[in-house]
Amino acid sequence: MLDSYIEQLQGVTTLDELNDHVVALRDALDVEHVVYHSVNSTGEQYAALTYSPEWVQHYLEKDYARIDPVVQACYRRFHPIDWKRLDWSGKNARNFMGEAVDNGIGNQGFSVPIRGPSGQFALFTVSGNASDEKWASYTQKHTRNLLLVSHFVNQKALELERGTDQVKAVNLSPRETDALTMLAMGYNRAQAADSLSISEHTLRVYIESARFKLTAMNTTHAVARALSHGLLVI
Amino acid sequence: MLRYIYADDLHRFPRLARSMFVDRAAQFHQRLGWDVTLQDDGTERDDYDGMNPLYVIWEDSLGRHGGSMRFLPTTGDTMINDHFLHLTDGVEIRSPFIWECTRFCLAPGALPQVSAALMLGGMELGLANHLSHSVGVFDARMVRIYARLGWGPTILGTAGLGREATSVGLWAFEPDLRPRLLSRAGVTDELSKHWYDRSFGAPTTISQTAISA
Repeated sequence: MLDSYIEQLQGVTTLDELNDHVVALRDALDVEHVVYHSVNSTGEQYAALTYSPEWVQHYLEKDYARIDPVVQACYRRFHPIDWKRLDWSGKNARNFMGEAVDNGIGNQGFSVPIRGPSGQFALFTVSGNASDEKWASYTQKHTRNLLLVSHFVNQKALELERGTDQVKAVNLSPRETDALTMLAMGYNRAQAADSLSISEHTLRVYIESARFKLTAMNTTHAVARALSHGLLVI
Repeated sequence: MLRYIYADDLHRFPRLARSMFVDRAAQFHQRLGWDVTLQDDGTERDDYDGMNPLYVIWEDSLGRHGGSMRFLPTTGDTMINDHFLHLTDGVEIRSPFIWECTRFCLAPGALPQVSAALMLGGMELGLANHLSHSVGVFDARMVRIYARLGWGPTILGTAGLGREATSVGLWAFEPDLRPRLLSRAGVTDELSKHWYDRSFGAPTTISQTAISA
């Protein structure tokens, strides 16, 4: 499900389409709401979200960013944050949460702060209704995917912001290309590492780095995408 | 005790923060002779300290710095991608699952347990945040010490000689290594979790606090 979502994300060419994709993520991730909010180095903002327009309007009117513990905790941070770990004990924060629950945001949330190049910052959030046990098992199981998807949405947003005339072709270093080439030739990791005279950990990190640059969910996808971009010669 | 502190919260720990930057000057400028920039107040800081990194700091019983290291996500700007590509075979290492660790520093006369505790702190960060690896820049002579602590890096490359030798290496976050780090640091599982939760917040039930509002 998420695989095909990531696949479709590649084809997105406008911010409107990106918004539709973020909305579609709600089903792909099986949550109540998804929010992506980006602030670039010049302070320009972009948001794609599933909250009701009424809640967004109300939030902005009341300037809730001032008291929202999620915003306070995530801004300028970079570790993923389960809302349970935030301080909701203050009166303002409790009232705010009460209103958020009334507006269907859900009683649980998980936010991924994203740091891009040159001081770019974005926040990706999923929220929903669940017991503590269910939510803990959801986040434990899906954190990896949430991290991946959030960064891929961010990469796409950055790409769109740069404009289509400046789309940067994926640029792999020779070592990353070598690593993917070995895998494309059918070598396993140990054989590939051996052939390149590097350790398996080094190989893993080179592949991971290439995978991220190629916006691929896993190694197989990374190899396929590198091949389709004409980056590998085999 | 271990503290995990983002740069923009350091002002809440003035003594700890100042002694950390002073000890960094002592280690990287005076002892290792690295080409680092000293500030007028005798501390060592660089551009990456200005990017709101996350520090793992050992605080001694007097509230002073015993040892520390600094983390940044590799999706943003990092020292390795900006300055050490010649040590990574030209690979720009970028991934949401890899954080950079730099400025591993010990206060003069720090006990061996302090380095073990710092390594433990790094492991806790990696495991809690679903990271696969940390990529670090460090004094090349530290390799054996890291290995003795029970968690040695895979070296990607080394430049320079003698006390100026600098390496880039990878640490894999493997839960199996955690018990050994706990024991080397002389810290129990519960205490380490407590320190982590004290910095990052312990999980609580949100809806109850909201409903009681």
